[in-house]
Amino acid sequence: MDKIPILRMGRFLLVTIQVDLYDGLALTLEADLIKMVDKIGAKGVLIDISAVSIVDSFMGRIIGNIASMSRIMDAQTVVVGMQPAVAITLIELGLPLKGVRTALDVEKGMALLQAMNITESSEETTNDQ
Amino acid sequence: MAIEVGKILQKKKKYILETWISGQLENDSLRDDLISNEETKIQSEELLDAFLKRLSAESTGVGTGDFDPVIEAVDGISITRAKKGFSPRDTATYIYSFKDALLKCLHEEIRNDPGTLYTESLKISKQVDELAISTFETFIKSREEVILRQTDEITEISTPVIRVWDGILALPIIGTLDSSRTQVVMENLLSQIVETGSSIAILDISGVPAVDSLVAQHLIKTVSATRLMGAECIISGIRPEIAQTVVHLGIDLSDIITKSSLASALNYAFTSLKLEVRKANKI
Amino acid sequence: MILVLSKDEMAIIKEQDVVPFRNRVKEYAVKIRMGLVNQTKLITAASELVRNMLKYAKGGKILIEVVSQDRNTGIRLTFSDKGPGIKDIPLAMKDGYSTAKSLGLGLPGAKRLSNEFSIISEWGKGTTVIIVKWSNG
Repeated sequence: MDKIPILRMGRFLLVTIQVDLYDGLALTLEADLIKMVDKIGAKGVLIDISAVSIVDSFMGRIIGNIASMSRIMDAQTVVVGMQPAVAITLIELGLPLKGVRTALDVEKGMALLQAMNITESSEETTNDQ
Repeated sequence: MAIEVGKILQKKKKYILETWISGQLENDSLRDDLISNEETKIQSEELLDAFLKRLSAESTGVGTGDFDPVIEAVDGISITRAKKGFSPRDTATYIYSFKDALLKCLHEEIRNDPGTLYTESLKISKQVDELAISTFETFIKSREEVILRQTDEITEISTPVIRVWDGILALPIIGTLDSSRTQVVMENLLSQIVETGSSIAILDISGVPAVDSLVAQHLIKTVSATRLMGAECIISGIRPEIAQTVVHLGIDLSDIITKSSLASALNYAFTSLKLEVRKANKI
Repeated sequence: MILVLSKDEMAIIKEQDVVPFRNRVKEYAVKIRMGLVNQTKLITAASELVRNMLKYAKGGKILIEVVSQDRNTGIRLTFSDKGPGIKDIPLAMKDGYSTAKSLGLGLPGAKRLSNEFSIISEWGKGTTVIIVKWSNG
């Protein structure tokens, strides 16, 4: 059975989806990811979908789930590399993925995660004072 | 005694052809400036053959015969002539002179049987009229194809994407925005965003004559798709009349960044990217 | 008048049949030179409908046809299952309505992504959904 590899980059996790996600694989990914977030105390999750040419409502739900679960575990999620045809189709489908942050590529996604992280920690320091 | 019209005319084929060509000379429809007389002769012979073949098949009771080779011949003539610059009237006149030649021959051959002459003449006349109508239809069809092709071209070239600054794209939209055009705009815009790595797109609609709820839908979709890709989309060029229409129609644009001029949209874009425009101090 | 230029049929029984089905649809779409965005819309709509078929009816049959009408060429997909059927079709066509904890976008979404959409269902007997996507959208 295949597994989707999860890479670690400091306090962030990077998931690159390159195969069609079917039910079993998606559930395994959610479980593995949330375990990793917990294990390393991750502050951010980057989901790279640049190789995904079809995102239907099932896949959209998985992405939404990952974002929600990570948020509960205090990590931000950013989806990167969405293909134009996918974006156009998602809007027509009625799935604007409102709760999910997005960026053009991994580089911009990392920058976004770091920026979000800094805002969070500075907020914490102000609260402490 | 059943007079086999087909056979009669077949025998007189050469005569018909000559009569036809001289008829064209008379009524000036030969147009040897657009097509060589040789070619005219070849085309005419082809049509005559096909027509007479069908006529024969019909009168000997071999079934209704296929009209298709005749239509094919006529369509072919129609298309070549249209390409060479013949007006539809020219081509139709050509077909009518064909009728004249046929009827003339028929008249000469069965002049002693006026009843049959009338029936057969009527039949042939109707058939050739059909052919003339077909030439008009072919002409119109080829015109429609040109229009379709041009529409596609216009759609493609009328939505340029301009790299205004590093990371900022501008799209001036000129003309009406329907659903197929919107898809083209979205595709263009999004693929340019990917290619240039831009994070801000400015959609200028000062060239869009009217914004109703449908057009507003298309604009909202475009903004949403841009956001899904991780970029931002600003709508600029909103004329006061459009602002009025939007509010009166109850369209909710609160989720979209709108600016009245391209300049203020650009200003906003610069600020977002933490860029500043200052007057230079040095000379 | 719609002309059918080619016919192909696929049976969907398990989850693993979905990907080969999507690939087959893509093959046909590419063959008739459908643009990328329209291809994506078609395959995404097909994906929604085939998932529905698996989830509610444990599978079914899909007819893949290349069709033409006037100047247009397109793909027509017919999803037929012998599942429980849909009691209230208008309700099922509403965004967000779901009987199985999903997003409820499958049917209305597939309709939005297609050029033509029709659905026939009989409670207890089964459901048939037909969608058409033209090559030039």
